[in-house]
Amino acid sequence: MFAFILRRFLSSLVVLGFVVSLTFLLSVSQKGGPFEREKLSAAAKAERESKYQLDGSKWSQLERYVKRLLRGDLNVSLRYQDLSVTEVLGQKLPNSLILGGSAFVIAAVGGVAMGFVAAMRKDSALDVTSMFFALAAISIPSFITGPLFVALFGLKLGWLPIGGFGTIPQLIMPSICLALPFLAYVARLTRNSLLDVKSQNYMRTAKAKGLDDATALARHAMKVAILPVVTYLGPMAAYVLTGSFVVESVFNISGLGMVFVNAIQNTDPFLLTGAVVVYSALLVFFNFVVDVMYTFLDKRIQLHA
Amino acid sequence: MPDAAATPHRWAGSPPNGWQVLRRNRVAMFCFWYLVVVALAAIFVPVFLPAEVKMVSESSYVPPSWCEGGISHHLLGTDVNGQDLFYRLLTGARVSLGVGLVAALVSLIIGGTYGMISGYAGGRVDGGMMRLVDILNSVPSLLFVMIFIAAFDGYFTDALDGLRLWGQREQWGWMEAWAGAMIPYKRIFLLVLSLGFIQWLTMARIVRGQVLVLKELAFVTASRAMGQRGWSIIWKHLWPNLSTIVLTYLTLTIPAVIRDESFLSFLGLGIEDPAASWGSLLKDGAQVINPLDSKWWLLAFPAGLMSTSLLALNFLGDGLRDAFDPRSSD
Repeated sequence: MFAFILRRFLSSLVVLGFVVSLTFLLSVSQKGGPFEREKLSAAAKAERESKYQLDGSKWSQLERYVKRLLRGDLNVSLRYQDLSVTEVLGQKLPNSLILGGSAFVIAAVGGVAMGFVAAMRKDSALDVTSMFFALAAISIPSFITGPLFVALFGLKLGWLPIGGFGTIPQLIMPSICLALPFLAYVARLTRNSLLDVKSQNYMRTAKAKGLDDATALARHAMKVAILPVVTYLGPMAAYVLTGSFVVESVFNISGLGMVFVNAIQNTDPFLLTGAVVVYSALLVFFNFVVDVMYTFLDKRIQLHA
Repeated sequence: MPDAAATPHRWAGSPPNGWQVLRRNRVAMFCFWYLVVVALAAIFVPVFLPAEVKMVSESSYVPPSWCEGGISHHLLGTDVNGQDLFYRLLTGARVSLGVGLVAALVSLIIGGTYGMISGYAGGRVDGGMMRLVDILNSVPSLLFVMIFIAAFDGYFTDALDGLRLWGQREQWGWMEAWAGAMIPYKRIFLLVLSLGFIQWLTMARIVRGQVLVLKELAFVTASRAMGQRGWSIIWKHLWPNLSTIVLTYLTLTIPAVIRDESFLSFLGLGIEDPAASWGSLLKDGAQVINPLDSKWWLLAFPAGLMSTSLLALNFLGDGLRDAFDPRSSD
């Protein structure tokens, strides 16, 4: 067990290192470099490049960046008045974590509940309509539902605030918008997986000994049926993260997503790589936790580390 | 198990063919014809529209023609530059559907080859290759698409401009014209490539799973006994048996690509003016929402066309999956 965890941890570190290096190399190889737009003379440009350690070959830049990174220094932003990247990210990260975290919980909990109800009443009107809406919610991306929600619930009906971030009512619309497609996907996954398990022999045994449908599903089927959902949690975290970009832009939330998009548009290599470092560290850690959790949940897995 | 012969509804006859199952699925067939109509309209209708509709005009923010203040030849109204929304929706559909289709094909080539090799090789190779797919699945690949597009946009423009100047110097009018006309659409190439490169994971997983089953079947063993080599077994025997399942997941990849492309265009990192896609039209629509003076048509029509098309693609894909891959569960 310990060897397995250690191996997964080390492979996570390799992935992290690869992702960060690739991002840095791509972001410094933009045509003309980060100072292109400032129309500097050659000497001034060279001076700025050496000030920010963006001189020399790409590989040596990467080497210096990684050395600083290992000391916990993400360098400075070129566009935010030389604020350190750590400061910028530290300011924006909480908003994104709240938004992404609440959307993630809504999607996971709501999706499992919806899938459970649909599976229990298979082929009923409830099942058919909820699965229809699930497919609709998967198909319609949040940059359509977002503006429509704003126009309908925010402006037309005036139920919910359309701007600002921090209070619970302000959080409702963006997090539901972000969660909706994933909630639907989890619901479909849960339903199908429950129906697969339902036809197993041990489920017939559970019924034969007198358990009602709901208890049998919840107690016995869920233990196995939840596994595909747990596997999906890792990729889902990544999708929620990128999905939050548009939600932040539609609802004007100043979070990490907007920092990332602006850093791309303003060619701000350190800020961009810093954001990717934070993102991938979060995801790699999360996937590691899911992996370990999975091996505890699924007793059938043989660990050969 | 009860005796099969004793059950009154004993089923006789050949097992249903996947295409028959699909044809009986009314929702899927409706979605199929809807998509055909949208695609044909996107290809042919812009050709027949009068020239004045296609240009930038003075009349900006004209509401749809049946509303108060509408102009008859701007059927669905105009945007900030006085461009006709109906025309832009259809050309946007060309871009969005085209990018979706081509990128899905790119993903098919990559994922199909990868899955085939992984499944056919089996053992440690298979284990390693599938572990890589798992890892890539948990990386937020759209971030890389964004960074990739930003990094190579400039070089790609230069390359096209170089082609244009080369054509000019060599007096190849067609090349000069083609490269010049392509410059506004340059991002499409980058999008197709990069989205195809990130969407192949599901395809690889599905193809690999099928190959694992197929390669153990008797006809494969027979052809190996007759001396056929790995590659020819793959192309002659495995590939034809994969075609329907590949078609199914290809259909499901197209809406995923369209969604990603529109996502990027919505954030201003994808298709740019003067070219349009559904995502960039939605961005324009979302920017003008305000409580006082609603320009609802700029949001409602792109949102409607895009969501119905994506819905139709997903329903069709679901129908195909029910018909050809009834065992799959997600």
